[in-house]
Amino acid sequence: MDLPVINSISGEVAEGGGCASHSCGSTDDQLGHLPEHIRAKVHNHPCYSEQAHHYFARMHVAVAPACNIQCHYCNRKYDCSNESRPGVVSEVLTPEQAVKKVMAVAANIPQMTVLGIAGPGDPLANPERTFTTFRELSEKAPDIKLCVSTNGLALPESVEELSKHNIDHVTITINCVDPDVGAQIYPWVFWKNKRIMGREGAAILIEQQQRGLEMLTERGILVKVNSVMIPGVNDKHLAEVSKVVKSKGAFLHNVMPLIAEPEHGTFYGLMGQPSPTPEELQELQDACSGDMNMMRHCRQCRADAVGLLGEDRGLEFTMDKIEDMEIDYPAAMVKRAEVHAQIAKELEIKEQDRQFQAQAKAALAALQGDVPLTRPVLMAVSTKGGGVINEHFGHAHEFLVYEASPVGVRFIGHRKTTPYCEGGSSCGDGESALDETLRVLKGCEVVLSAKIGFEPWAPLEAAGIQPNGEHAMEPIEEAIAAVYEEMRATGKLDEKPELQQKVA
Amino acid sequence: MALEIIESCVNCYACEPLCPNEAIYQASPHFLIDPDKCTECAGDYDDAQCSSICPIEGAIIDELGVALNLPGSLTGISAEMLAKYQAAVEATYRAALEAKTG
Ligand code: SF4
Ligand code: SF4
Repeated sequence: MDLPVINSISGEVAEGGGCASHSCGSTDDQLGHLPEHIRAKVHNHPCYSEQAHHYFARMHVAVAPACNIQCHYCNRKYDCSNESRPGVVSEVLTPEQAVKKVMAVAANIPQMTVLGIAGPGDPLANPERTFTTFRELSEKAPDIKLCVSTNGLALPESVEELSKHNIDHVTITINCVDPDVGAQIYPWVFWKNKRIMGREGAAILIEQQQRGLEMLTERGILVKVNSVMIPGVNDKHLAEVSKVVKSKGAFLHNVMPLIAEPEHGTFYGLMGQPSPTPEELQELQDACSGDMNMMRHCRQCRADAVGLLGEDRGLEFTMDKIEDMEIDYPAAMVKRAEVHAQIAKELEIKEQDRQFQAQAKAALAALQGDVPLTRPVLMAVSTKGGGVINEHFGHAHEFLVYEASPVGVRFIGHRKTTPYCEGGSSCGDGESALDETLRVLKGCEVVLSAKIGFEPWAPLEAAGIQPNGEHAMEPIEEAIAAVYEEMRATGKLDEKPELQQKVA
Repeated sequence: MALEIIESCVNCYACEPLCPNEAIYQASPHFLIDPDKCTECAGDYDDAQCSSICPIEGAIIDELGVALNLPGSLTGISAEMLAKYQAAVEATYRAALEAKTG
């Protein structure tokens, strides 16, 4: 039996929703896969939420012109080709100008909730300019979420400073974890006062990226990873990249197509390096993003974009126009809060509607008898994000609960707990914490984790919860569907759940 | 002994903060090096800092007019490929012009 995941059902439902863009098929439901602290941050974020991107706006300011590496898809006469578009030049702003522009836009477009610094070079290769902008904005406009993108070379030394600001998340562009692949993408990096060429430079970059990723996730800062898919160079390798970055806690891996035309004057463009076809891209995106299509509507914005995704209102906010604007930010903040609350309400209604439709459709399918009527089962999962089972049972601060049934796998909710084992080797309050976990998992018949220690195994089984560590690093919904199918095949679904769930 | 920034500079700011002598300054139409302050980094670094980070081949030259970063050395783009690039740019430009003049 091939078990569909609910998302594919809801995707069909949403398609009638009037969005012209092909990429808008799926819905906010994808966010359900995320742990609560991540979900809270991204659910109103235009770049992550398919729903939100119709309502909330983002802007970029081009304060960071310098770069510390060279990529073969970039022509340095223009903005960074990865974080922006090839062949585009942004007007570089001073931090003072950038702050003024952001506040002017925020006051005039109350839907603007996110400010990103992505270039036109590498933000962390311009630490002064980038951090002055963040510092000022955290102070003057605390209702704006800040985010930053980087190639990662200067990331470890910037983590401390990044953690001081109102930083929503950091995006690292990671195209490889193997220096031999890297040598075909990065001709040089500038490192410790020297230009380092070829493989050696790529190895340094990779090491810094991975270290930066670990340091950020350790501090609880959200990390998204972007990869540029370069056919024949890293296309086969990106599945490995995906596995590595998710195991280190990146909450999302977003694969973007290489853009390379001869007229951009890039190495790849001039070499005739092909870009991926839409099919190749989608296949890889499916493999890397697991069940999360959150970024499928990504438009690869330019470094000075303003407005809703897919529109650019930058021309309304050129420096000369901003100079003349009088901005009363405290008053603007009140209005902004009202607009945000209104949008949140609208989104909530839409979400309820969507859930209702999905349920109705599922019920209909069951009635029509397309599927055997086995009973639904609740399963808990521990995850650090990324849509995969990548958290140890003993380290989990919360579990995501799903319902598996003949019509699919559905996200139910989050359940918080105290980690049974607070990292390290000492599992101090182990016993009482385990009791708490058993209590919050009540009703679940299976718990899936990256690893489950020997100690909790017996108490879990005694409580009627089958521990399962066999699906480590697998996409959550596929793993749950597989376990459900196994339960069906072994006759476990014929028994009444009451019989299994001995502990009330 | 001093290096010089010439017109192919794209004003990326990368060199400016690295100079140990604060010899580099923003100017129009491009960044410049104060020859009285530049030491070619002697005594401070093994490699001249500005030309070690500059992404543009040929933008920084020495007193003999020789580029510190030779064509192809940073981007891997050979002279032959570059000619192809120029032809492509010209074609795009001509197409745009034709579209305009109808
Ligand atoms: S060579 Fe050294 S001292 Fe001279 S301008 Fe460049 S960075 Fe400054
Ligand atoms: S690094 Fe090169 S291109 Fe950039 S400002 Fe300096 S001289 Fe100009």
